[in-house]
Amino acid sequence: MSDIGFLSARLRRGDMTSGEKLLQVSWSFVFWLCCIAAAGCAMLYSAANGKMDPWAMPQMIRFGIGLVLLLGIALIDVRLLMRYSYLFYGVVLVLLIVVEVKGVIGGGAQRWIDLGFVNLQPSELMKPAIVLALARYFQGVGLDDIGHPMVLLVPLGMIALPVGLIVIQPDLGTATVITMGAGTMLFLAGVRLWKFAIVGTGALAALPIGWSFLQDYQKNRILTFLDPERDPLGSGYHIMQSKIALGSGGLFGKGFLEGTQSHLNFLPERQTDFIFTMLAEEMGLVGALGLIGLYVIVMIYGYAIAYRCRHQYGRLVALGISTTFFLYFFINMAMVMGLIPVVGVPLPLVSYGGTALFTLMMSAGLLMNIWVHRDVQMGVRGGFGDL
Amino acid sequence: MMISRDSDWVRMFNRRAAVLAGGQALLVSALAGRLYYLQVIEGERYRMLAEDNRINLRLLPPPRGRILDRFGEPLAVNQQNFRVLIIPEQGDDIKTTLASLSQIIPLTDHERERVRKEASRSRGFLPITIRENLSWHEMSRIQINAPDLPGVVIDEGLTRFYPQHENAAHVLGYVAAVDEADLTGDPLLQLPGFRIGKAGIERVYDMALRGRGGTSQVEVNAYGRIIRELERKEGEPGADVRLTIDSRIQHFAAESLGAESASIAVMDIRTGDLLALVSNPSFDANAFSRGLTNEEWKDLSTNDHKPLSNKAIAGQYSPGSTFKMVVALAALEHGVIAPEQTVYCNGMYRLGNYVKRCHKAHGSVDMVNAIGVSCDTYFYEVARRLGVDKIAAMAHRLGLGEVTGIGLPGEQSGLIPTEAWKQAARGEPWVPGDNLNVGIGQGDVLATPLQLAVMVSRVANGQLAVKPRLVRSEPGAGLVAAANAATDDMPPQPDSDFEPLGINAAHLDVVRAGLFNVVNGPPGATTAAASKLRFRGDPERKDWTMSGKTGTAAVRRISAAERDAGPREPEELPWNLRDNALFVAFAPSHDPRYAVAVVVEHALGGGGKIAAPIARDILEEVLRLDPSRQPRVPADQIAAVVPPKSDDTP
Repeated sequence: MSDIGFLSARLRRGDMTSGEKLLQVSWSFVFWLCCIAAAGCAMLYSAANGKMDPWAMPQMIRFGIGLVLLLGIALIDVRLLMRYSYLFYGVVLVLLIVVEVKGVIGGGAQRWIDLGFVNLQPSELMKPAIVLALARYFQGVGLDDIGHPMVLLVPLGMIALPVGLIVIQPDLGTATVITMGAGTMLFLAGVRLWKFAIVGTGALAALPIGWSFLQDYQKNRILTFLDPERDPLGSGYHIMQSKIALGSGGLFGKGFLEGTQSHLNFLPERQTDFIFTMLAEEMGLVGALGLIGLYVIVMIYGYAIAYRCRHQYGRLVALGISTTFFLYFFINMAMVMGLIPVVGVPLPLVSYGGTALFTLMMSAGLLMNIWVHRDVQMGVRGGFGDL
Repeated sequence: MMISRDSDWVRMFNRRAAVLAGGQALLVSALAGRLYYLQVIEGERYRMLAEDNRINLRLLPPPRGRILDRFGEPLAVNQQNFRVLIIPEQGDDIKTTLASLSQIIPLTDHERERVRKEASRSRGFLPITIRENLSWHEMSRIQINAPDLPGVVIDEGLTRFYPQHENAAHVLGYVAAVDEADLTGDPLLQLPGFRIGKAGIERVYDMALRGRGGTSQVEVNAYGRIIRELERKEGEPGADVRLTIDSRIQHFAAESLGAESASIAVMDIRTGDLLALVSNPSFDANAFSRGLTNEEWKDLSTNDHKPLSNKAIAGQYSPGSTFKMVVALAALEHGVIAPEQTVYCNGMYRLGNYVKRCHKAHGSVDMVNAIGVSCDTYFYEVARRLGVDKIAAMAHRLGLGEVTGIGLPGEQSGLIPTEAWKQAARGEPWVPGDNLNVGIGQGDVLATPLQLAVMVSRVANGQLAVKPRLVRSEPGAGLVAAANAATDDMPPQPDSDFEPLGINAAHLDVVRAGLFNVVNGPPGATTAAASKLRFRGDPERKDWTMSGKTGTAAVRRISAAERDAGPREPEELPWNLRDNALFVAFAPSHDPRYAVAVVVEHALGGGGKIAAPIARDILEEVLRLDPSRQPRVPADQIAAVVPPKSDDTP
């Protein structure tokens, strides 16, 4: 047996040492992530008019911590990951309930829990959590089983609970990302297309009933979200300014730190949701397509990992994560270009913000974990070694 | 089997993954296409827009709704105001700018520090208020020196003004600058100098009074100078709130209190309209919208007469003998004593080893007399027979022991003790001696002046459990509708809103006869004889009388040694140890319409001597003005109350 053969046998058994796992980590994938983050820090540096503070520096430090987090997660045994998928989902769900209850007591919209050093946003954490929990559920569920309608009730509940809680926060952006990400996972798990139609119709029909259960302040929050005219500094104005800034960038842009529209404060939130506009203004079509290209590369890794993975759990996690990632950047870019209504979704690894960055690095860590453990044999319920 | 199922699934998965990848590729192409469209095809147009026309959006603050009295007299309005702002990013160095500005208007170090701090915290394009309420002279000097003051702008805005200054200040509340904790996402709150209601009606109806901001889209050149306005969306001005208060009565009542620490509630016993709700001393709410100086704040917060507290709703006092009407009604309703049955008073009352005193030996007294002379012995006996829980039930029926629900912040519920309450609160069982204290409105019994007004209103009304209200037009649903509705033809609150009182009319007659005697009884059978109504000069009202009840409540435990030494004159005691003087009354006795409760803290005399004359003066004024009439009758068309020279008041 050659060295490689010996290793691949151990790969299959999944009892690699941490050092062996580190060798398995796709460092090229990490490199591409670093490229995106570098572009992000450059834009944050520009957003602060050429200063590292207040955004670029903290973001770099957080990315560094995020890299450690990524590697740490990549090295966890995938079967352990699977075993604790539900637990993780449950904890995040409880946190979501906690913020909602705190919001009720505090009387205002609150999406985060103050941990002192970071404001924890459970709705962000729900994005990887639901991917793990659904993948766990469908591990070992074959095409025959999935034909039973009963089999679908549990995952539907698993999706509806957190989405409902996030809608009343209200954070419709995150709720959309989670619903679409989870829907994609059901699709990939083999659910028949006509069932999507039924569930979609049912959800639409249930809307008025759910609405009547909401408190007045919750209704108000959602109405303001749906009808930005209720906000005098309406989002239509933001989008118009965003389009002017973006369009005026032209083919090659106005140059780094030279984005007039962004720097004259015509652009709202240029360090978070509208950072892509600033990039497109300063770097032009070339720079913007470059960033999109980087995102596409990361997506391709997701597909490749899913294709190479030998277990259902890993395949579903890989594509679940990369779809969530896709939804992040697609919704954000489509929003700033005026293709879809304004929703607060950050540009992954570029927008300023702690929780989103950590969640993304955690998700990337999960993707790497699947890659490292792509050949591990896994039982129906994720046991060690049992078939 | 397992393998084939597995490979089926993998085939399906790969097929669907390919579909997903295709879909995502399509969407990414859409992004790229859109980018190409915006940046290349339309790029030139957007470049023009970016270079020549920069569109800026400005928020227009809506004028705050007014607060009016029941006849539309303004109590809170808006006034023109110039203020000087600085936009940090338009200037070079904020320190030098402030230094040159202080050559024109003197700025303290404290002010400069505050501006610098705010500037470092907020985003650079948000203006920061340096100083408000500039004089015309200051304003024009800043304008002239504008070239030397980069980033400094003059802004013209509205500030809150309370034309009647201290009148009804506790009811109105005040507005003040927005704190960090108040930020709700309403962009109006981030405007410099924006004020929100922080107390009273200003706070309760803040959302309605605030209105909604408008926007103005302006075109600015590259230096931020406005070229023209493109589009203007007017906001919605705040709605007016119309109170039930009659500002004349409010003012009259406050004046009648002089410098006392005292409070008054005047109520229409049919509609529940509060015609006056006075807490004395008061404060000038204009100082709050202008911003208090440190000395002003110190004066207000350390004054032992507590000018900032609304004592009419937040002051909790032993009701003293005013509570006897509650005990009497409970006694009649439970049949523990008949109205004509007498109790013999020899000046003291013995219960086991426990001896309680009456202020005088009254001899045999029936209920009407007992109320008239306020005989404690009679009520000790009745309270002993009743027990506290039955008294408490009647107290709640008359509106005591629970908040009245007029909606002002800080309203207290008072306290009506029960046996269970004492066990829970003190961990001690109820003892018979406690009943005696409750019987004369002392011990643990506490009530607010507003509750006392409600109590006497319900006794006077006799049929309905009237509830007080402070606002005539409820703004909220339709702001404009409410503003339009604030006209003279507001219907009075329908009587059917109130629940029936459910007390036997004959029993109420007995108690009211007693209350009549308190003021108008035969010589020797009254405690407030000096406070009869004085309408003798008025043919229409010359026989009108008022009914009421005095109360004098100790605020401290009286030691045995003190009791033996005999009562001390209030003048000998420090202010805060003197008794509280109370009087509750309604008028006219034959057809009650208005009720009043007066509580004077630590007065130089009892309820009959200090509080009753104040209540009498107020009821006279209320009857004269008769504010339940619509529209308002101007005060100068009504004959003043002139006490005849032959007035037999001592």
